[in-house]
Amino acid sequence: MLTVENLKKLRDEQRLKMGIRFSLEKNDPAVMMDYKYNVLVCGDTGCLTSGCKAIIDALNESVTKHKLEKDVNILTVGCFGICSLGPIVIVYPGGYFYGECKAEEMERVVTEHLMGDTPVKELLYKETVSGEEIIPFAQTGFYKKQERNALRNCGIIEPDNLNEYIGNDGYMALAKALSEMTRDEVIKTVRDSGLRGRGGGGFPTGLKWEFTRKVQSEQKYVACNADEGDPGAFMDRAIIEGAPHVVVEAMAIAGYAVGADHGYIYIRAEYPVAVKRLERAIKNARERGLLGKNILGTGYNFDIEIRLGAGAFVCGEETALIASIEGKRGEPRPRPPYPAVKGIFGKPTLLNNVETYANIPPIILRGADWFASMGTKKSKGSKVFAIGGKVTNTGLIEVPMGITLREVVEEIGGGVPGGKKFKAAQTGGPSGGCIPDIHYDVPIDYDNLVEIGSMMGSGGLIVMDEDNCMVDMARFFLDFTVDESCGKCAPCRIGTKRLLELLDKLIEGKGEAADLDKIEELCQHINVSSLCALGQTASNPVISMMKYFRDEYVAHAVDHKCPSGVCKDLLTYFIIAEKCIGCTLCARVCPTNAISGKVKEKHIIDPDKCIKCGVCVEKCKPGAIIRK
Amino acid sequence: MGTAVKIPFKGTAQQKSELYKVIEENANVRGALMTVLQKAQDIYGYLPIQVQEMIADGLGLPLEDIYGVVTFYAQFSLYPRGRNIVSVCMGTACYVKGAGDLYNDLCERLKIKDGECTPDGKWSLDACRCVGACGLAPLIIINGDPYGRISVSDIAEILKKYD
Repeated sequence: MLTVENLKKLRDEQRLKMGIRFSLEKNDPAVMMDYKYNVLVCGDTGCLTSGCKAIIDALNESVTKHKLEKDVNILTVGCFGICSLGPIVIVYPGGYFYGECKAEEMERVVTEHLMGDTPVKELLYKETVSGEEIIPFAQTGFYKKQERNALRNCGIIEPDNLNEYIGNDGYMALAKALSEMTRDEVIKTVRDSGLRGRGGGGFPTGLKWEFTRKVQSEQKYVACNADEGDPGAFMDRAIIEGAPHVVVEAMAIAGYAVGADHGYIYIRAEYPVAVKRLERAIKNARERGLLGKNILGTGYNFDIEIRLGAGAFVCGEETALIASIEGKRGEPRPRPPYPAVKGIFGKPTLLNNVETYANIPPIILRGADWFASMGTKKSKGSKVFAIGGKVTNTGLIEVPMGITLREVVEEIGGGVPGGKKFKAAQTGGPSGGCIPDIHYDVPIDYDNLVEIGSMMGSGGLIVMDEDNCMVDMARFFLDFTVDESCGKCAPCRIGTKRLLELLDKLIEGKGEAADLDKIEELCQHINVSSLCALGQTASNPVISMMKYFRDEYVAHAVDHKCPSGVCKDLLTYFIIAEKCIGCTLCARVCPTNAISGKVKEKHIIDPDKCIKCGVCVEKCKPGAIIRK
Repeated sequence: MGTAVKIPFKGTAQQKSELYKVIEENANVRGALMTVLQKAQDIYGYLPIQVQEMIADGLGLPLEDIYGVVTFYAQFSLYPRGRNIVSVCMGTACYVKGAGDLYNDLCERLKIKDGECTPDGKWSLDACRCVGACGLAPLIIINGDPYGRISVSDIAEILKKYD
């Protein structure tokens, strides 16, 4: 069983062993070289999908073949962030970055880099190679402006290895809180840091803690919202998969601060890897005296239970989440009373999101001033964004609050691919709004985003280019909310459905000018009269897309045209006779035989047969098929 | 929720004893209904009314409460699933990159819609929520195997593997 004293000792030993991963020097005297090389492979869900298991097997096989087991330590770690380059291998010392790896290339990495001490230049991430020189990956466009605090363990430690977490200062914040700080000092530190809820609302975290602390009750609970429902956001999953102990540690600190001895983690069943890692982390923490009775020998008791969600977006709303933890239908209820007063099983409950918790240990260790030194006046610290859609580098980034959208998309994201023009970015998912190019240089923080008609949300950031239709996108988000509306209150259940029908009218070419006014009016009604945040924010994407792209809405409603070429009913497919070379490929792939024409002759499309699937456009080499 | 095929309930004695074990383990855990339903679906593959009745008796809860919870959550299914489950990720990143086209193409090919199962029990189709692999958009998952960065023209080839 660990005590505060031997935890510190273990941290020092472990840190020395892991120093190789923080050192760029080959023979750094401050680093214990138990292995000559640490080879880190990302094992996050994203990279699993792109085949990292084959890479790990190939590395192990090659290392065994060349009898390098004593020199080379192969570790499976959490997310490096740049998912579009997966699978990824990073070799320390030096931090050499191999992206888009193939299993058959690993033999070369082993023989040339690990045996011959010469990095394989052609296989390195091309941004790290400039002529003869190799620059550290931390200095590339994707990483340069990032501040990894909530993600500080991801891509550094082995997630399932408690000692590795401890080596990166893990559980030191819990030890500090329990042995050196009073409950009120912990809460004051969190409050002074300026940390605001990372799940979407942006409520000051310290205040929430204080409210829960002040309520008198024999039983209180601490809960963690890991029901990451925003389609397009996956930072909570990556944090748990990369360092599950961070949630355990932060919840234990929160329990101490507010006076709770039991915690619940509510996590989506769609994240099986994260669930497994959390289960293991909780078990290991119990075995080592970091959870359970008399934690670290200080007399403090705290334990955690996991509850799985079952696919309901509304359960991200706090009162719905609490109902679901209790085993009921996940329907929200009116507030007040807030969970701080009446939460799980009617008891005072502190509920925070995963990313919020991930910021707690560094705040306790490094102090409120350190955290408050980053960010803008009212939004402190750094924020994780899941950047995706029409952008070159997709993945997870953590940036100081106040960074501009331009920096995120152009510098970190590497710009819009294919020479296309940036149109807008959607933040806040189905509850948020879009940020058009006129606001490309607005500093991103909670209040600025609300001012321009969007919101921070949990941090999904989807880039859209000129090929995305803003009526179709609004319909996409609304379709999601209609599906996920729990049905309890009429404005959300019926209002969103009617709104969707109005958008469908536009998309099907049956719209008229008066529909636009109806849409706007209905949006307002749904906004003000829905019971919970799901309904209150459901029309945000429609409102903001209509505000910034009104001409597109007019084009759909009045002219029955889709300027971006997306809405099928408003499009016709044509073959430009001058460009057609008569290769017959389009006619062969057409699923409805709508294309006719002989070899080396011009082809034509029969509009009555055409189902507008777009396969022909994709296959046409000379680019002779267009839709308008 | 799928409605396509109605197959009579064919639970085995072994499934029943597994379910009773789960009920017994959770009888005294507060708010454990969701946990029991999740494990019951693992055992039977779906949650027909017969299974719900057993859980109602075991946990001492009204059947309508259980039915209410089962029909509230998207992951609980009242109907059996196909041998091959095709899920199209409909997260925003996938949608922006053409997941809608993939889904429409699969509907055409398999002649079923979201949540349905083909009459021969071979295929089920789901338009699922974001699986969090946005870097690989658009993405479909068949029986747990992910296929990322694909287009409509790749689908025929992928489905062949499961013939």
